[in-house]
Amino acid sequence: MVQPLDTLTETASQTAGPYVHIGCLPSFTGIEGVYPEDLGRSPIAEGAAGERITIRGHIYDATGWALRDAMIESWQADAAGRYPGQAGADPAVTGFARFACDGESGEWRLDTVKPGPVRGRGGQVWAPHIALWIVARGINIGLQTRIYFAGDDHASDPLLARIEQRPRVETLMARPEGEGAWRFDIRLRGEGETVFLDL
Amino acid sequence: MSGALRPRRREIHPRPYDPAYKTSVTRAPALPLLSMESTPSEETGPRFGHSLIGPRDADLIHNFTGNPAIGERIRVHGRVLDEAGRPVPETLLEVWQANAGGRYRHVKDGYTAPLDPNFGGCGRCLTDGEGRYEFMTVKPGAYPWPNGPNDWRPAHIHVSVFGHAFGQRLITQMYFEGDPLIARCPIAQTVRDRAQLDRLVAPLDMGESRGMDYLAYKFDIVLRGRRRSVFEGEM
Repeated sequence: MVQPLDTLTETASQTAGPYVHIGCLPSFTGIEGVYPEDLGRSPIAEGAAGERITIRGHIYDATGWALRDAMIESWQADAAGRYPGQAGADPAVTGFARFACDGESGEWRLDTVKPGPVRGRGGQVWAPHIALWIVARGINIGLQTRIYFAGDDHASDPLLARIEQRPRVETLMARPEGEGAWRFDIRLRGEGETVFLDL
Repeated sequence: MSGALRPRRREIHPRPYDPAYKTSVTRAPALPLLSMESTPSEETGPRFGHSLIGPRDADLIHNFTGNPAIGERIRVHGRVLDEAGRPVPETLLEVWQANAGGRYRHVKDGYTAPLDPNFGGCGRCLTDGEGRYEFMTVKPGAYPWPNGPNDWRPAHIHVSVFGHAFGQRLITQMYFEGDPLIARCPIAQTVRDRAQLDRLVAPLDMGESRGMDYLAYKFDIVLRGRRRSVFEGEM
C-alpha cells in the first residue's frame, strides 16, 4: 500500500442539451423578465481600445449541416494582450462573450476588438487569438478551440507549432471578408475537421 | 491566481462519440484533441460580482412572474470545490430545467405536457466564501425525447459553473436519488465509469429539508485545480 493521493476528481461533464439557451441566454429564447439582460452580451464596453472587428461563422456537423442549437463562449485579451484583472488591462474589455447559432440559419456573430499578442510563462508569446468553448446537444463535453487571424505573425506561436499536419493549422485561421470583417467556420467532424484542444 | 491547470482526466468524462446517444455521432470530433500545458487563455477567466445577481435569481419557484410555480418544492444546495479540495468562492453557477411536468419553456420543445405560466426554468447564484450555493425550485419531471423509440430523460437539472479560469468551464446535469430512469438514459450512460455517474446523482438531504415547506437535495461539484509549483511566477 502507498499513501492515498489527497485529491478529488473533477465532476463529469454532460451535454448542455438543446435547451441550453433557457439557462444561459434566456432572452434569446423569449424568457424575459428574470434577468435584466443575457450574460456576456458583449466582450467590450464603450471606449474599448483597439480595432473593432466582427467575426461570423457556422458550426458544421459531420454531414455538413450547420448546427442551429449550439452555444459558444469566447474569452480574449484586450488590444494590448492583457486579460481582465491583470495589471494595466483595458477596463472597457470584459473579454467574455456568449452567443448562440441562429435558430434559422445557424450563423453566429461576435463583435469585439482584435486582441493583442499574449505573453505567457517562460517568455512564450501567443499570437492574437480568441479562445472558444462550444456546447450543444450531442456534445458531451465542451469543445475548446481558438480563433487566430490569417495574416498575423504566427511563426512563434507554441500552440500552432504543435500541430503536426500543417494543413490543419488553417482550420484555426479566421479569414478576412472586408474591413474589420472575418469568417471562422467550425467543422466538428470529418473533412476539414477543426483542431480541438485539451489545455 | 496564476499557475497551470491540472490536465483534464478525460477518462472520467463521457465519451464524446457514443452511438447510443445518437446526436453525438455527427457532433463528436474524429481526430485526437491537441494536448499541451494550459496557457494564459485557460488560466484566466471572467469574474462576476454580486451586483449581477438579483434578489430572486436563485428562486425558480418565484422568479418568473412572482407567483409560485406548481410542483414539488425543493432546495438544492452544495459546494463547489477544486481537485485539491479547496472551496471555489464567488463563482457563478447557472441552472435550467423543465417544469414539474417535464416541459421546457423553449420554442423547440413540443411535448404535450403544458407550460406552467409561473415557471420560467432558469436561475443563477454566486458561491459564498466557502464555495457554498443554494437555490429553490420545483422538482422537474421526466420527459420523452426523440432518440430511441421510447427514451425518457430522468428528472434532471442542468448546471453550468465558471470557476475562476476559462479552462475550468463545466456544464453537467444533476440527477435525483433513486430515479429508475438514470440507468436507462443514453445521456447519463455516456459517463461509463459508474462511480463518476453516481457523483451526478444528488441524495435526498432530510437534514437540510424544512417541515411543511420543502425537501432538500445536496449536489457538490468539483472543478479542475491548479498544479502546485513555486517555479512559475512569471505571469
